[in-house]
Amino acid sequence: MECIEARGLRKAFGTTIALEGINLRVEDGRILGLIGPNGAGKTTALNAILGLTPYQGELTVLGHDPWNERDQLMRNVSFIADVAVLPRWIRVSQALDYVAGVHPRFDRAKAEGFLAKTTISRASRVRELSKGMVTQLHLALVMAIDARLLVLDEPTLGLDILYRKHFYDSLLNDYFDRTRTIVVATHQVEEVQNVLTDVMFINRGRIVFDCSMEELESRYLEVMVHPEQVPPARALKPMHERQVLGRSILLFDLKLDAVDRQQLAGLGDVRTPSIADLFVAMLGDRPGNQAGQALGNYEGAAR
Amino acid sequence: MNSQSDAMPVSRVESHVVAPAEITATRRMYWSIRRELWENRSIYIAPLAVAGVALFAFSLSSFAGIWERPLRLNPAQPQAPYDMVAGLLMVTGMIVSAFYCVDALYGERRDRSILFWKSLPVSDLTTVLSKASIPLVILPLLSFAITLAVQWLMLLVSSVVLLVSGQSVAMLWTNLSFLQMSLLLLYHLLTAHALWSAPIYCWLLLVSGWARRAPFLWAVLPLVAIAGVENLAFHTWHFAALVGGRFIGDAPTVSSTGPDMFPTNPMTHITPGHFLSSPGLWIGLAVAALFLAAAVRLRRYQGPI
Repeated sequence: MECIEARGLRKAFGTTIALEGINLRVEDGRILGLIGPNGAGKTTALNAILGLTPYQGELTVLGHDPWNERDQLMRNVSFIADVAVLPRWIRVSQALDYVAGVHPRFDRAKAEGFLAKTTISRASRVRELSKGMVTQLHLALVMAIDARLLVLDEPTLGLDILYRKHFYDSLLNDYFDRTRTIVVATHQVEEVQNVLTDVMFINRGRIVFDCSMEELESRYLEVMVHPEQVPPARALKPMHERQVLGRSILLFDLKLDAVDRQQLAGLGDVRTPSIADLFVAMLGDRPGNQAGQALGNYEGAAR
Repeated sequence: MNSQSDAMPVSRVESHVVAPAEITATRRMYWSIRRELWENRSIYIAPLAVAGVALFAFSLSSFAGIWERPLRLNPAQPQAPYDMVAGLLMVTGMIVSAFYCVDALYGERRDRSILFWKSLPVSDLTTVLSKASIPLVILPLLSFAITLAVQWLMLLVSSVVLLVSGQSVAMLWTNLSFLQMSLLLLYHLLTAHALWSAPIYCWLLLVSGWARRAPFLWAVLPLVAIAGVENLAFHTWHFAALVGGRFIGDAPTVSSTGPDMFPTNPMTHITPGHFLSSPGLWIGLAVAALFLAAAVRLRRYQGPI
């Protein structure tokens, strides 16, 4: 069953086009990473999914039209739209009371359990907590909601590495149960790499790459080429080449480049590229500037 | 998608639908209003503080005779200080309401918390209505309760003073028709300060939900501009009088034959029938409803600023 289904989703702010008619299908039980440079349209897409912004085109989230049925939709959807959106005046106990008061799927005991593992005191106001603690509080509230879809937009922006690690660990261990769906938008690609089941690159309002992690692993290959093998390797037309410590790393698309794994293994050390490497290869070394050219060939192929 | 996953969703949807208890609209409204009281503690702190000061001043005057009228106890005209306190709390209520409304839908956008509120299953209608209920329901009732409590304490203080000075307490209690005074106050607060002033507060809420900065200026300047243009063109102040009258609760709730316009007019002077049938009331309420509907619609489009 589709958790999110969009067809021709389009959104313009004045003359600036934020989404150029994207098509999107997210099935239940997936963890989708929406990766893109600043201003690519990630937040706009998520806002449309959450019913925070009007749009053109068709969009269904859990069978609801988000823009017209936001309050019904929010019984089954949770989101952390940004760090630090909890009101600064609210007390921890009040936040628990309020969410328990208005949300039919909120399990207060569960939230208390998560909070017990932190140093957050019930009597504190949000303004007295550190940024990391506010995120922990928000996460505790959200994870105690039995939602079918959780949307996270840059949930760890500005947090230190311990909190960031902890954030995704709790999400995976204490929240994700393979029936829920999680959509996370970020440009801190490395930290979500091992969490995702699917990845989607978005740039200039278009989805430029969309595949599952299994497919990514079987389809893309990165070769750290032995110096003497560079010319023959280049002849195989890699989709991207970069230099690390004086050695060439070539990225191949096995489906498109008509090469196979064995052939590449002969040229040097072979490994699966990270999402970040793939992202750079596809969106250009300066995301947003040259992305259009670099993508020309791959856009059609990736769909 | 394979056939296996085609079969799965049915059972999952059912389990998700059956499990949680539904939350009624009333309960959502109740928590939304509590939320407003948590955030805006001035709603009850300001009237309580004013009531405390008034009670202190009255006690001091009564015991020591420091001030002359109007706070001083005068058995021949025992009502005056009670009216004074009621009036003070009404003015406090108006000021608190106005400041509350200007910030109600602006503050949540400025501090970005609107993204948190919108992540919960509470509709824009519930949110806006809960905010409108503060000046229209909660504050009038709260003012009434606090005024009543202070007046009881004042009655107690007066009685003690009279007893100590050897005067008749009975005279005070017979001259002061406490129940009538309270009923009249409640009537006045709900009609003149809630229903009659509704368009003003709903206008403030609308501007609060619309302005990207300086909501107070946006709320006041257009009104001043209209009044100014009217005065330049026609040399009249009808618009200013209209808005001012709405704000201070200058409603036709009592017959104007009596010399004083305070809510402590004898019961026989109140004219609820006349008030409820005045077109001014219904035009005002219609305008208020329009402003609220616009505020609800606007909130759907609004995000953090």
